[in-house]
Amino acid sequence: MRADAGTGRPDRRPDSPPLVRLEEVTKSFPGVVANDRVTFDVRPGEVHALLGENGAGKTTLVNVLYGLYRPDSGFVLVRGRRVTIRSPREAIALGIGMVHQHFKLVLPHTVAENAALGLKGTPFWAPARGVGRRLRELSERYGLPVDPDRRVWELSAGEQQRVEILKALLRGAEVLILDEPTSVLTPQETGELFKVLSRMREEGHGVIFISHKLTEVLEVADRITVMRRGRVVGTVAAAGADKPMLARMMVGREVVFRLTKRACTPGDAALNVEGIHVRNDRGLPAVRGVSFSVCRGEIFGIAGVAGNGQRELVEALAGLRRIERGRVCILGDDVTNRSPRLLSDIGVAHVPEERIRMGIVPGLSVEENLILKRHHRPPFCRAGLLHPASVRRFAQTAIEEHGIVTSNPKTPAKLLSGGNIQKLILARELSGQPALVLAAHPTYGLDVGATEQIRELLLRQREAGAGVLLVSEDLEEVMELADRIAVMFRGEITGVVSAGEAKREEIGMMMAGEERVRG
Amino acid sequence: MDLGWLVSTVSRALAFGVPLLWGTLGEIYAERSGVVNLGVEGMMILGAYAGFAVAQTLGHPGWGLLAAAAVGVVAAVWHAFLTVTLRANQYVSGLALTLFGLGLAGLLGRGWEGRPLRVPLGTITVPSLAEIPVLGPMLFVDQTILTYLGILLAVVLWVVLFRTRWGIAIRSVGESPATADSLGINVTVVRYLCVALGGLLAGVGGGYLSVAYRPSWTEGMTAGMGWIVIALTIFASWDPLQAIWGAFFFGALYHLSFRLQAYVSPELLKLMPYAFAILVLAVSGFGGARWRRRAPGSLGVPYVRGER
Repeated sequence: MRADAGTGRPDRRPDSPPLVRLEEVTKSFPGVVANDRVTFDVRPGEVHALLGENGAGKTTLVNVLYGLYRPDSGFVLVRGRRVTIRSPREAIALGIGMVHQHFKLVLPHTVAENAALGLKGTPFWAPARGVGRRLRELSERYGLPVDPDRRVWELSAGEQQRVEILKALLRGAEVLILDEPTSVLTPQETGELFKVLSRMREEGHGVIFISHKLTEVLEVADRITVMRRGRVVGTVAAAGADKPMLARMMVGREVVFRLTKRACTPGDAALNVEGIHVRNDRGLPAVRGVSFSVCRGEIFGIAGVAGNGQRELVEALAGLRRIERGRVCILGDDVTNRSPRLLSDIGVAHVPEERIRMGIVPGLSVEENLILKRHHRPPFCRAGLLHPASVRRFAQTAIEEHGIVTSNPKTPAKLLSGGNIQKLILARELSGQPALVLAAHPTYGLDVGATEQIRELLLRQREAGAGVLLVSEDLEEVMELADRIAVMFRGEITGVVSAGEAKREEIGMMMAGEERVRG
Repeated sequence: MDLGWLVSTVSRALAFGVPLLWGTLGEIYAERSGVVNLGVEGMMILGAYAGFAVAQTLGHPGWGLLAAAAVGVVAAVWHAFLTVTLRANQYVSGLALTLFGLGLAGLLGRGWEGRPLRVPLGTITVPSLAEIPVLGPMLFVDQTILTYLGILLAVVLWVVLFRTRWGIAIRSVGESPATADSLGINVTVVRYLCVALGGLLAGVGGGYLSVAYRPSWTEGMTAGMGWIVIALTIFASWDPLQAIWGAFFFGALYHLSFRLQAYVSPELLKLMPYAFAILVLAVSGFGGARWRRRAPGSLGVPYVRGER
């Protein structure tokens, strides 16, 4: 795996020994081998990317390194010395830091309190004060501006990530693990993160950069290790790699990057939203005076960094959250604050953000889940009794049509893979030709095959004359599928652009709050 | 309403608020670490029984209070074992502890029923401060040392919680155990210690009743104080300093329910503290999001290190 050494960026030190090395690490969970004899190392002054689809075993591997999992076999070397890492505390003591995909921060506490938590050498009394000073020094040195006295819940995702990086640096991390760090960032913030990583590279840190995005891996990494189904497919120098090659390694076959999107003339309005206000779970305003409309035969994309009101907006439109002010019309009828059942009856399909919590009933069988919206009506229910033959017939057609992989229709839905659960939800929601599809993060966390299939389904709905509202954090996806794109920031729409003339940078600016209305 | 009436009301409110204060301080620590302990009533009654029995036998109230504390710790550690180690439902375990405590103390206490304690914990008069007109007799006469220790303890516990390294660890464990765990804090140890401290203070609170306030043993003498403690913990927004006001306010309500018996039916008056507790919970439930947000984020949720 080291044959490629010597290429790459000028500031590399190819001959220096690795800071950490995982040797032949195997880790299995009931039913899956998450890591199968994986060997991986990172040297001082390099960014080593770990590339792979969801479920390829990237996170498991770094969790072994960070002491959260014990490997079944294989071992870890730190600076050439064999070690056993039993807990994060031991990993930290060995100079390993980790920024988890879902940040490990105590939201009600200040930045300094978060940094002081469990930190060796903090004073017993007034620990936050002493740490604040050291935080300021570090943030200057690495270009990570952050105010130690702010409370973490007030910070944007980008700022919270900086706090996580600072926490690791404060603990003397020489090796920094970043798990999908760009998934919560705007394109501009991603650029800033990459600058910080260059600075760390110059200072001699080793960075493990986990991602499934080819472009950014090529941009930031020195070496790239590709994983698929728990195994290392290969390690290549970034300088000698390109997108098609990495995609092939990642997926195991050729990948087509373009979907065919046929021309479509938008029809009447499927959805009209007029100045709605919605609160979040904490009772704070989350959607603040949002207006837009979605036509039939159109995909209307909503881009934005997570947590800017998208979730609350979709839930309000699906009838799951109270609309405080404003009006929602579907096919011309006022349906503000009507029940989810009424909305579903007039043709609203909802593909929820949390597919296991809200999309299925995990303990019910696949066929039961498939009829959930219409379980109370003929042909599935007659005189108050379920009609098993109709259910079975309907389920079998749906399973075949959507290629849902399940051992049989009676299998509990929770045993399906993420991609198949999502297909099940779409099969249920899209049957009977909806007029409006609300799709929240429909491809989040799915593998390339399932992603393609689900995007194709959404395009087909558009062609069949449904209005599609697509909410996604994946800017590429929105730009590829949508006809018009709105950007949400702090509960407001900062601009609407038509997909044809939208530029990444422009949308990125709007994601960061730059106001602009057009189209 | 003459001045003497007011003075004695405040003085008795302080005395009656003591067990509430100690119990609430303990529950605040347990809940700050993320563990609800509905067993306060059980721990208090066990403390009351053990305190009386030991003080009576050994002839010294100090030993009684020590025994009350020890029994409280044992009961609380049992709760911690069930909820932290075995990850049982905290509410069920706490309720069980309360029922168990009431039952056991009632059984063991049969022979002691109704006998006065030989050597109760004496009251003290704070030198010179007691001379202040009105305030002196209100606050500095006829109190036991536990009144002042409780207030001092509240201040100390506040400082520890908000101004020390330990405090950050405790609050973080209650808000986000996964975060604390990822930074090398032992969530289990922190939760055990906080729950045990909760039991210690609840035990002393119960012991105060039988060793100092009454001083005698009656079955069921805690009379629902443990439940008031649970409400007070919320009422005080999990803040030890605010617990002082809360405890003495409820102490006053209890006392008034005795005092007003001449005018209002006693059954109705006895309801007062509980009705108020329900009101507090209703207000904090409805009233809004602001109050709820101050509750520790992981309250009531057992911690399991991230599994696939």
